[in-house]
Amino acid sequence: MAAPLAIHLEFGGGAELLFSGVKEHHVTLPSQSEPWDVKQLLVWIQRNLLKERPELFVQGDSVRPGILVLINDADWELMGQLDYKLQDQDNVVFISTLHGG
Amino acid sequence: MCQAEEEYSDELGSAHVPSVSKKCVKCKEATAAVVIRAGDVYCRACFKEYYIHKFRATLGKNRVIFPGEKVLLAVSGGPSSCSMLHQVQEGLSQSVHKKLRFLPGIVYIDEGGAVGRSVEERLRTMAELQAVFKATGFQFYIVPLEEVLDLPGSVVVSALAPPERANSTYKAEVDHFMHSNCSTRSAPQDQDHEALPEVQESATQMLQQLMLSAKTLTARQNLLNTLRQHLLVHMARTRGYSKLMLGDSRTRLAVKLLTSLSLGRGAQLAQDTGFSDSRYGDIISVRPMRDHSAKEVFYYNHLFHVTFLFIPSLDTKQMTDKASVQRLTESFVTKLQEEFPSTVSTIYRTSEKLQTAGRCSSTGDQCERCLLCLCTLDTAVDDASAFQATLISEQLSQTAWPRVDRSKVAKHQGKPESTSFTAQYCSAKAGAQDCGGCCSFAKEPEPMDLRSLLCYSCQLTIRDMSSIEHLPPYILSEAQRRHRRCEMREEISEFLLDSGKDD
Repeated sequence: MAAPLAIHLEFGGGAELLFSGVKEHHVTLPSQSEPWDVKQLLVWIQRNLLKERPELFVQGDSVRPGILVLINDADWELMGQLDYKLQDQDNVVFISTLHGG
Repeated sequence: MCQAEEEYSDELGSAHVPSVSKKCVKCKEATAAVVIRAGDVYCRACFKEYYIHKFRATLGKNRVIFPGEKVLLAVSGGPSSCSMLHQVQEGLSQSVHKKLRFLPGIVYIDEGGAVGRSVEERLRTMAELQAVFKATGFQFYIVPLEEVLDLPGSVVVSALAPPERANSTYKAEVDHFMHSNCSTRSAPQDQDHEALPEVQESATQMLQQLMLSAKTLTARQNLLNTLRQHLLVHMARTRGYSKLMLGDSRTRLAVKLLTSLSLGRGAQLAQDTGFSDSRYGDIISVRPMRDHSAKEVFYYNHLFHVTFLFIPSLDTKQMTDKASVQRLTESFVTKLQEEFPSTVSTIYRTSEKLQTAGRCSSTGDQCERCLLCLCTLDTAVDDASAFQATLISEQLSQTAWPRVDRSKVAKHQGKPESTSFTAQYCSAKAGAQDCGGCCSFAKEPEPMDLRSLLCYSCQLTIRDMSSIEHLPPYILSEAQRRHRRCEMREEISEFLLDSGKDD
C-alpha cells in the first residue's frame, strides 16, 4: 500500500489550453496498492484534469507524439518513460512542441 | 527478415530500460539530463554548450552576416524565435574574440487580428513581449499585421542586390572590425514606442475579411505566411536592416519542406527552406536555428528559463489532423519521428542539398517573379510538362462546370452585385478559365487575371479564395502595373531590337 503522493504538474507550449489554460497544477495522487507510475498518472490526468479533447494529449497508453515530458528536469527517456515510478514531490512537465498547440 | 526485425526491436527495448544514473556522453561525469539523438545523452552543462555552439557554428560557417551589419530578428514570441533571441543576447555578451559582431533589432508582428483574437488578448501578449524585448536592450518594433494593408507596392518587387561581398573579403572585414571598433555595442537607443501600437477596428475587419475569403485552412495559412513575410521585409527595408533572421527550427523546416512539396512549391524549396534566402534582393533572410530540433529548443528553453509565449494560431485546437495540409504534414512527421528518430534529420539533410536550377538568376527581371512569394516563376515551361498537363485536365474538367452555379454562389455569400457580375462576365468571356483569378478593379473595367503573375503554388492559393478584391491594395496595384508593363511591351515589341532584354 503506497501512501498518497503530492506531485507538481506543469503544462506548456499550448498543452495548457486543454487544461483550461492553467499551467501549473499541484495534485495529490490517492494511495493505491501498487506504486504510481507515469502510465497510471496519464490515466489519472485524463480522468481528473483533462478538460477537453483527450486525443490532443494522449494516444494509446502514452502521450501524443510531439509532446515532450520532463521528470524532475530530465528527459523522461532517461527515467524509463511510462514505467518510471513516481516519488513524492516529483515535478512532471508536459510541453507540446506542435505548431499551434 | 523476421530475425533482423526482432533484433532491432530488442535493441530499441533495451534503450528504454530505466537508466537514471546514465552519464553524459561528453564530459562522462555529470548525470545526463537530455537525450538528443537515440543514445546520445547530455548533461545540463554540456547540452548548453552544444546548443550555443551549434547556433554560432551555423552563423559562422555560412558567413553571410558581416561585422557591424544591422540584423532584424523576427520574433514571433514562440519557443524557437525566443530561443534565437536568447542566443543572440548570449553571443553579444561574450568576450571580444567570441562575440557576435552584428547589430540586432527585434520585430514582432502581432497576427491577432488575422487569427481572431480579442483586443485584450492581443494587448496582453504585446505587453508581455515588450517586457522581454526591453530587457534585451535592443531596438524593437511591435507591429500589428493590419499594417500590411498600407504597404507600398515596392514590397513585392525584388530590389537590386547590393554589390555582392565576396566570401574572401569576409575574413578581412572581420579582422578590420576587430582592430577598429570592438566596442561598438548597439547603444540602447531611446525607445520611442513605449505605447503599444493601436489598431483601428476597421483595419482589423478588413484583414479578417481577407483571411475569410480564403476558403480552406491551407490557403489561409499560406496567405498569412505571405502577408507576414511581406511586412517583415518592409520593416527591414524601411528601418535600414539588411538581414532578416528567422527562427525556423529543424523540425519546422522539415515539416515546411514536405508541406511545400505537396503544395506544388518544388521549384522554390531551396529558397523556402535553405539557410539563406535572397529572393528579395536587398534583404537576405537567414535561418540560424535550422540546426536545432524542436525538442532541443524546448529543452533548452525549459532548462535555462528562456521566456516564450504560447500564441494561438490559425490551426490551434483544430479538431482533426486533416484540417490543413500543413497540419497533416506536421502530424505525419512527428508521428514518424517518434518511432524513427532520424526522420527529421533525414528530411533536413535533403533540404540542404537542394539547389534551384538557375534558369533566371538575374534579380532585376521583375516580370519573371511571382507576385506573392517573389520566387522565380515556374510556370514558363515546355508544352510537354506536368504543369501543362495539369492545366489541360483542369480546363477539360471545368468546361463541365455549370456556370450559373458560380454566380449563385457569389450572390449567396452576400457579395456586392458587381462581383457576381464580373464573375458572370468572366465565365462568359473566358469560358474554360477559372474565375477565381479574375476580379473587377475600380479604375479598370477589364477584369484582372492574377494567375499569369503567380507561380504554380500561389495560383493554387489564390484559386482557393472566393475573391481577390480583399487582397491588400499594394498587391493589386502592383499586379495592375505589371499587366500594363506587359501590354506596353507587346505594343512596342516590333520596335524592340531584342525583346528578351528590354525593361
